[in-house]
Amino acid sequence: MAVTRHTLSVLVEDKPGVLARVAALFSRRGFNIESLAVGPTEHATVSRMTIAVAVEDLPLEQVIKQLNKLVNVLKIVELDPSASVQRELVLIKVRADLTTRSHVLETVQLFRAKVVDVATDAVTVEATGTAEKLAALIKVLEPFGIRELVQSGMVAVGRGPRSMTGSELRLRSAS
Amino acid sequence: MADSLTGAESLVRSLEHVGAEVVFGIPGGAILPAYDPLFDSKTVRHILVRHEQGGGHAAEGYAQATGKVGVCMATSGPGATNLVTPIADAYMDSVPIVAITGQVPSASIGTDAFQEADIVGITMPITKHNFLVQHVDEIPKTIAAAFHLASTGRPGPVLVDLPKDILQAQGSFSWPASLDLPGYHPTTRPHAKQVREAAKLIASAKRPVLYVGGGVLKARGSAQLRQLAELTGIPVVTTLMARGAFPDSHPHHLGMPGMHGTVAAVTALQKADLLITLGARFDDRVTGKLDSFAPHAAVIHADIDPAEIGKNRTADVPIVGDCRETIADLTVAVQELYTAGTRADITGWWKQVDGWRETYPLGYEEPTDGSLAPQHVITRLGQIAGPEAIYVSGVGQHQMWASQFISYENPYTWLNSGGAGTMGYSVPAAMGAKVGRPEATVWAIDGDGCFQMTNQELVTCAIEGIPIKVAVINNGNLGMVRQWQTLFYGGRYSNTNLQSKRIPDFVKLADAMGCVGLRCETKGDVDATIEKAMAIDDMPVVVDFVVGEDAMVWPMVAAGTSNDEILAARDTRPVWGEDDV
Repeated sequence: MAVTRHTLSVLVEDKPGVLARVAALFSRRGFNIESLAVGPTEHATVSRMTIAVAVEDLPLEQVIKQLNKLVNVLKIVELDPSASVQRELVLIKVRADLTTRSHVLETVQLFRAKVVDVATDAVTVEATGTAEKLAALIKVLEPFGIRELVQSGMVAVGRGPRSMTGSELRLRSAS
Repeated sequence: MADSLTGAESLVRSLEHVGAEVVFGIPGGAILPAYDPLFDSKTVRHILVRHEQGGGHAAEGYAQATGKVGVCMATSGPGATNLVTPIADAYMDSVPIVAITGQVPSASIGTDAFQEADIVGITMPITKHNFLVQHVDEIPKTIAAAFHLASTGRPGPVLVDLPKDILQAQGSFSWPASLDLPGYHPTTRPHAKQVREAAKLIASAKRPVLYVGGGVLKARGSAQLRQLAELTGIPVVTTLMARGAFPDSHPHHLGMPGMHGTVAAVTALQKADLLITLGARFDDRVTGKLDSFAPHAAVIHADIDPAEIGKNRTADVPIVGDCRETIADLTVAVQELYTAGTRADITGWWKQVDGWRETYPLGYEEPTDGSLAPQHVITRLGQIAGPEAIYVSGVGQHQMWASQFISYENPYTWLNSGGAGTMGYSVPAAMGAKVGRPEATVWAIDGDGCFQMTNQELVTCAIEGIPIKVAVINNGNLGMVRQWQTLFYGGRYSNTNLQSKRIPDFVKLADAMGCVGLRCETKGDVDATIEKAMAIDDMPVVVDFVVGEDAMVWPMVAAGTSNDEILAARDTRPVWGEDDV
């Protein structure tokens, strides 16, 4: 069985220690988290984690079941890349002096990224996109000299009108 | 209506609300506020143990003997960390306990304050859930949730950590009308379609085995299991955690499977065409080398924990639900198929199974050096104390012999540390069992190694009037480790000789702890010594059974090898005919 990258969207109660519980579960069951992003949702008491994990299918089923056993975990959905929008954000501080700046800016434009900070010999580039697009941008900027790079975890949402935080959760928080 | 009281008072009132009868604990600085109102409680008895680990195992023993939630209490820091082993033990064996720990005041958390330990962080991977209470008004709902979580679904330990200032704060008490656990919905009703699929396999299997685990006991499903077994006539094996779930004397019972299981039980699983797995989890001590376990069998796997299904062995028919309900539904569904004329003939299978049973019965050889055989002691203990007594073992050779050579006829009469294998479980767990079932005779069957880890709780037993009996199977060694050294390390006995036939003197030790101490060194004295111990019911009794050090546990499947490699005795590999499968 091939190891593939899976994206899990996990709705959790917004309570202290929940991130630690989820992260610890992955590590003690021997699963490596590739990327993790946590943030609020449209429900005040619910947070959403987007977890990218590289794992075979069978252990993935096991990790989902184990996650479901965490009392603070409300719902887990695996997002198929073809049926979801998946985005990461990267900030890249790239060397850009008078001789190279125009080339750097051209590259930034090609990738529909933007410059968010300018110094005499460097610019900071902000870009969002899929992991593949960002990897391509980084590759192109590398020859100019990357001084600093910071990248967010992936966030993802299913395509179409349906909501994963749908009626079930709304009913629960209302009751 | 909400009353105004302190967090400590709120805690004690909450314990009264959930019906906790007994708390095993030790006070200390951070938990001290709770002990003041506890002093006045009319319904909650506090038993002052001598070590928090003892309190934790006592809570487990109480829970396993009664089916109720066991409660232990400790202060912050080392008090709480001493609970870690019993909590881990309860997690592995799905024992419902609630551990209540004091914590340093909220403002000091994270400052490395005196007696501070992040017990919520420490116990995260070994609890079903845990709580750090952050407001005094949360105490009632947290205690209610803790008891609910511990006792429902797949049972397990829950820890509630209470900072000292929260215990001291003035708050309001109102018992929650409902629980706020939006992420907790254990499935108890088995899916009817899955049950029908399983019934079809059961009715048509030619070589089926009922593989019964501790989940059947947790679900209190022994009576339902017996109905299913008797309706179908299918052979039954009970794992270490399920001993007593099905009567040992029942003709359908093949005994325990696994590393030290009977040849019949192990072989029946290996040759089966269907495993009807009920509340068992394909533990490595049962399966041996996993990929060669029961290679011809389709698998029905019923468990309340969906994460157990497919974890180690793929299930052909998974059934998530409470075992008692599942077994009852299966019985009805199988009966319907039988009535409709679908029923495979399993008489040929029984002929094979009986052949293994007759050729390789459990047994042992009398020691040639004239020493007392530990198996004889345990056999006689079981016969004299009888099937109504509760037997609580430690971990090691004596545990395996106690599982093998005592005939368990009733559920909840066999308590042990199965998953974690915690040496030192026996004495404190026996204490907890006796508190929960004071009318029952409770025998701790312990090894000399295990006994030296937790025997201080005999002081608690003597002072609190908890007259347990302890059979120390004293071979002077860490016997099971020594057995592995004999078999796998060329007889190099590195650090397994405890010399406990000389030091300590267990009779004097018993005496010093306010117990009656007896010693037995010869076969001729075994019955009389046991009877003498049975006659004492107002004090704890310790019997030092001095036994030979060379006795070994057989049968055995060496760790990591296939169950096909089972040895009935040393150098004795069962022979199966070519036409067996």
